Amino acid sequence: MTALLRAERVSKAFGGVQALSDCTVEVARGSITGLIGPNGSGKTTLFNIITGYERVDAGDVYAGDRKITNAPPERAFALGIGRTFQLTRIFPRLTVMENMLVAAQHRGVRRWHNPLARAGGQADRRRATELLEFTGIAGHAKALADTLSYGQRKLLELAYVLVADPEVVLLDEPAGGVNPSLIQHISARIGALNASGTTFLIVEHNMDFVMGLCDRVTVLDYGTVVASGPPEIIRNDPRVLDAYLGTTEEDDDAPDP
Amino acid sequence: MTPAAMTGPDPVTATGLLRRAAAWRGGGALVLLAAVALFPLVFTNALVTTIGVDTLIFVAAAAAWNIFSGYSGYISLGHAVFFGSGAYTVGIAARDWQLTGNSVFALLPLAAVVAAVVAVPFGLVALRVRRHTFVVVTIAVFFIFQLMAFNFSFTGGTTGVSSPFLAWNPGTYNDPFYYLALAIGVGTVGLSWLIRGSRFGLQLRAIRDDEDRARGLGVRTMRVKLAAFVISAFVTGLLGGLWFYFISQVLPQSGFDPQFDLSVALIAFFGGLGTVSGPVLGALVLIPAQQYLTEQFTNDYLSQIVLGSLFLGVILLLPRGVIPTSSEKITSWRARRSGRLAAAGAAGGAAAGAAGREDPR
Repeated sequence: MTALLRAERVSKAFGGVQALSDCTVEVARGSITGLIGPNGSGKTTLFNIITGYERVDAGDVYAGDRKITNAPPERAFALGIGRTFQLTRIFPRLTVMENMLVAAQHRGVRRWHNPLARAGGQADRRRATELLEFTGIAGHAKALADTLSYGQRKLLELAYVLVADPEVVLLDEPAGGVNPSLIQHISARIGALNASGTTFLIVEHNMDFVMGLCDRVTVLDYGTVVASGPPEIIRNDPRVLDAYLGTTEEDDDAPDP
Repeated sequence: MTPAAMTGPDPVTATGLLRRAAAWRGGGALVLLAAVALFPLVFTNALVTTIGVDTLIFVAAAAAWNIFSGYSGYISLGHAVFFGSGAYTVGIAARDWQLTGNSVFALLPLAAVVAAVVAVPFGLVALRVRRHTFVVVTIAVFFIFQLMAFNFSFTGGTTGVSSPFLAWNPGTYNDPFYYLALAIGVGTVGLSWLIRGSRFGLQLRAIRDDEDRARGLGVRTMRVKLAAFVISAFVTGLLGGLWFYFISQVLPQSGFDPQFDLSVALIAFFGGLGTVSGPVLGALVLIPAQQYLTEQFTNDYLSQIVLGSLFLGVILLLPRGVIPTSSEKITSWRARRSGRLAAAGAAGGAAAGAAGREDPR
């Protein structure tokens, strides 16, 4: 069976720096795939290439059987690939509900529509409210997004990516910079979404988060895949320990739940 | 917990407040519209109604500029390209086709269409770049158009184009211009209001906040920006055509006037960038003020200095414009007042709600 999302032998250089070289990553349908590696190993670059924010130097990206190499971001999104950013990017001067509706405009797109119709029909607003309730920020729907805390912004970004029902969601450090109880909350939400059929590709430095949630983990180092497999194999792989200079081992010292 | 419990203030009161605010705004707009419509009947002096026509042209021009620049955040200092294109279009057409009488007004849609057509290649080039680079590109395109008007023979070079003699009664000469400018102004503000609440407007405002993020949520940004640019140009060209008959002459430096670019931007900034009423209020205050000062001091430079100082004062005290800053003040005053009222009654319920709340911060 072909993977839902596949980056095949992708290479990308920025000036003299080879961010990715011959990198192949697969995301199986229905999985939560983790993407780990030290800073500068090319994780975010790979995200940017899959979602059309960067162009490849070589290699291809496939969504199912369809080749989507260098498709612009709006097309990648239309094909069912949603993403969040490492440094959360929301629309600060729109309300939380308006943030949701920007993405909702592409649900059930009709060929012809009245461009001056009010933003957000009833169905869109209902779906948006459901997702805000699901992520736990529905109480802020009418507030300007600018007034949200950092953690709430992470939740809003997750919620508005989901509003268009993407097949696969790419999360760039969903647990980065948020407090432990919120990490639990985010992790539980991702698990619940996955159970209802959404596929995830997650970049994350928090090893407990990755190992607890993902059913497959790919490790990048210097833009190349050094290992790929189930979390229990990956956490003991010497190449992975080497890439992380032993930091994984320290993480492992924490008592397992 | 129920969603209603999480929305904070009592929804019934909140809706009531919103409705009352909307009623006030609607009522205010109607009163203002009636006053503006009756204005030439009360003040029949041609000098006064001339200021009225100028003001209404700028109401519409600033509202049109705001539909593009205010909502998308792309600050254009090249809208005089559309104004001049509209003026020259009717000027050249009237000269070559020798139209007279009321039939000249039939040419106005042509002015709008030509300006909109000009906006397509202009936009396709300029909208590839953002922020400061975009501003610079619009200024550059503006000067290219002014130079072309100076140098082509069909534009009349430095002597420009004059309209055929319009044999209208001098006493009521201004009236058709006044009411046409008013109609265009009302139409543009109405369009601006429709766009602001529409999905198109939401996409524009998303582009203003974070264009790349908007693309990643499926917004086809080039198409959206270009559409707003063309709509804005259409109205501006229409106004240029109207202005040509009003002045009955267009010169390269008056049709393609850098002062026009600065004025529409200043008006929108003064009133409130990206708001529906801001450009209207800005033009109603600034244009008569400018004309009044020019007449008071008879020295154009002095009035410009006074106007410039006024603008600096606004930037210092109301940096986001009069409308947004004052509406914020009113909202916070209301919130404080209703907070005091609600505090006594809701203290018990709020404590109970907070305990069961899983609200991540």
